[in-house]
Amino acid sequence: MTADRVNDLIAPGAARVVPQPLGRFAARHLVDRNYRVYRRDWLLFITGFLEPLLYLLSIGIGIEQLVGDFTLPNGSRVSYTEFVAPAMLAASAMNGSLFDATFGVFFKLKYEKVYDAVLATPLRPVDVAVGELVWSLVRGALYAGAFVVVMAVLGLTSSGWTVLAPVAAVVIGYAFAGAGMALTTWMRTWQDFDFITLAVLPMFLFSATFFPLDRYPDGVQWLVQLTPLYHGVVLCRGLTTGAVGVEMLIAVAYLLVMGTVGLLVASRRIGALLLR
Amino acid sequence: MSTATASRPPAPTGLVWRQFDHWRARWRRTWRGSAITNFVLPVLYLLAMGVGLGAYVDSGGARASLGGTDYLDFIAPGLLATAVMQNAVGASTWPVMGAIKWDKTYHAMIATPLRTRDILIGNLGLIAARLTLTAAVFWVVLVIFGVAVLPWAVLAVPAGVLVGLAHSTPLFAFAAWLERETGFMLFYRIGVVPMFLFSGAFFPVSQLPDPLEWLAQVMPLYHGVELVRGLTLGTPDLLADLGHVAYLALWCGVGFLLADRALARRLGG
Amino acid sequence: MGAQSVEQAAAGPVEAPVEALVEARNLRKSYGALEAVRGIDVTVRRGEAFGFLGPNGAGKSSTMRMIAAVSPASGGSLRVLGMDPGAEGPAIRSRLGVCPQDNTLDSELTVRENLLVYGRFFGLSRAEVARRADELLRFVQLTDKAGSRVDDLSGGLKRRLTVARSLINNPELLILDEPTTGLDPQARHLLWDRLFRLKQQGTTLLLTTHYMDEAEQLCDRLVIIDEGVIVAEGSPAQLIRDHSSREVCELRFGVDDHAGVAARLHHLGERVEVLPDRVLVYAEDGEAVAAAVHEMGLSARSTLVRRSTLEDVFLRLTGRSLAD
Repeated sequence: MTADRVNDLIAPGAARVVPQPLGRFAARHLVDRNYRVYRRDWLLFITGFLEPLLYLLSIGIGIEQLVGDFTLPNGSRVSYTEFVAPAMLAASAMNGSLFDATFGVFFKLKYEKVYDAVLATPLRPVDVAVGELVWSLVRGALYAGAFVVVMAVLGLTSSGWTVLAPVAAVVIGYAFAGAGMALTTWMRTWQDFDFITLAVLPMFLFSATFFPLDRYPDGVQWLVQLTPLYHGVVLCRGLTTGAVGVEMLIAVAYLLVMGTVGLLVASRRIGALLLR
Repeated sequence: MSTATASRPPAPTGLVWRQFDHWRARWRRTWRGSAITNFVLPVLYLLAMGVGLGAYVDSGGARASLGGTDYLDFIAPGLLATAVMQNAVGASTWPVMGAIKWDKTYHAMIATPLRTRDILIGNLGLIAARLTLTAAVFWVVLVIFGVAVLPWAVLAVPAGVLVGLAHSTPLFAFAAWLERETGFMLFYRIGVVPMFLFSGAFFPVSQLPDPLEWLAQVMPLYHGVELVRGLTLGTPDLLADLGHVAYLALWCGVGFLLADRALARRLGG
Repeated sequence: MGAQSVEQAAAGPVEAPVEALVEARNLRKSYGALEAVRGIDVTVRRGEAFGFLGPNGAGKSSTMRMIAAVSPASGGSLRVLGMDPGAEGPAIRSRLGVCPQDNTLDSELTVRENLLVYGRFFGLSRAEVARRADELLRFVQLTDKAGSRVDDLSGGLKRRLTVARSLINNPELLILDEPTTGLDPQARHLLWDRLFRLKQQGTTLLLTTHYMDEAEQLCDRLVIIDEGVIVAEGSPAQLIRDHSSREVCELRFGVDDHAGVAARLHHLGERVEVLPDRVLVYAEDGEAVAAAVHEMGLSARSTLVRRSTLEDVFLRLTGRSLAD
């Protein structure tokens, strides 16, 4: 039998290797964990980029021919695909981060019990929440970056501001990941996720994604402007079309507050659920 | 319990119905949620795409390329077909793998006199019930939006169920064969999403480049969209529709045989 | 951290010259109206193997979770490694090894990755963690499973992996919640052997169990816990000496009326216990009891004479059997 002694691993009293304090960003180790899981499913990673691209293509090939050009609030005319592409960027940032923060987190929280093991180590609930969020943003940033490159190649961008579009996508991801994670801590079964679908789909369809805000009746316009995805779309569309304005700062503030509140609530709730 | 009252030997036709209570119990817990989703989602889609975006399409003078209809009329039946298709995907993938791998429901069933084919038919029966609900609720939405033209439109519901089953049976086979669930994600991304977008529901497939158009026409969903659209708008092309029905039925039948084999292999092994 | 240990040693109770790693005084835990732990006092000293023996639902796991700094105490005081778990959870957890009852292995990772990732949570360097992971895999004899998926492991192998994982940070105190529950006898013995080696090497073990043989095998000292309170404390041998006779004669009769039979046996031993399926007569000489029963003309369907165990102690103290 080899290694009956665990050498210096178990050497009480003797000079033991005391684990180093974790430092400020302990959550990175959870990111590392997720990366390990994910790299085995690289095909899943690659194809994750496909969905928004397919939407873009179907709009470019199909709907653009039916609809014609749109006029932006600043008066410039853009093709329909140019109009929708930034909205697709915003919507896929929302979808991607929500998927990780809701289904992904629920699975690990309730079924896999990943966090029970994590919290038995020096990591704290806030490290769990931050780790999941950062991981989701890293992935989101990669997808967004690739999408923006495709937009540029297809000639769907008309402004230097476009280079900031992936950053905008990350801000959108931050907002929805934080909020989604917080909501997930209240989910009891998979069926509860239907509520998320019921909230997300109207946003996807009606946040000035497929047609401009002025197409809605006045009362509804006001309602649309309250939704977070609307602000995400404003942000992305402003950057890729060059129609930048002060409303984009409001959008950034809205999304950052939403994400931060979500993150704080999620940290507290994960602690309350697991450290009982 | 005396032997006289013990469970009777299998009478083949009765076996399927022995599962009825099981599936009914499962259905009971979830149907309300799915009914709401089934109603709300079509309304939202029709409002956004049909009414919202439709105004730009109709004013852009694209009616001719849509066969002379409004955009709302054009996409509404197509969306019925895609909705049933997506429901079929949902009902025939994860739950099937779950019943094999996680809950072991099928293993519990196969330990009784039930045979794999009974289980398959029973489960497909449940799926068909779900698809009928989806199609019927969507159909009501079509009536509310003034899209459906009676009497032909009544047939849109069974046609929709047929479209769903044409996807259900092959997917059941796929799910019974698949080892790991990541396959579903991949299939969704490289199968379901392109089908949803390019099968003629949102724009005519004739706008696609030729090879893609041919590919779209191989997909059962394309035939489903065409079939349901003609029936809903009261303008069926009977000969073509017969072709669509035959093609969809072929998918159902081949899928069923594959599913039967895959399930038997999985439960027998 | 070293300084803290020294301080704790100096400030420790006078009657315990060896450093106390865990000190609980009147420790309580409630979940809503349910009182799981109802005021227990425990001191675990460095280097010993300390057990919590009790049936399911006795409050063992709740106590372990409080000591592992993943569950706040509802009352009383608790010091772990000289620190307050409520205030210094991360610092305490960095020096503990924990085997939770339900493993909580990461099924999305391989066997070896479970160790690598977990080790990183303690702030160990990649190189350090890789070296330890390989050594620990050898220690629990899982080297040839290093690349396997966790889902493909048997219950016994999973448990060994969990033990290896709990050792990744070279813990000063190893907490094992029901280490062998649900394992087959072979897997249990292998695990006991590994835990025994750890004990030999001086690792402080704190374990819960509802198996009296496990407690006897592994524990230097233990407490018997029932319904959230400690009913006895001592070494296994001491507990048996104090609370039971040397031997037990187990008798099964072919009748439903074990109580009726038992009434006629009282004079044969120090004590008689009636269980649903048998009668236990406690005496210094079990063989003599068996012979006497036979002479009385009572025909037992089966007779077994054995030494007293912790099971008997538990029965004596609580009136119930551990398996309940």
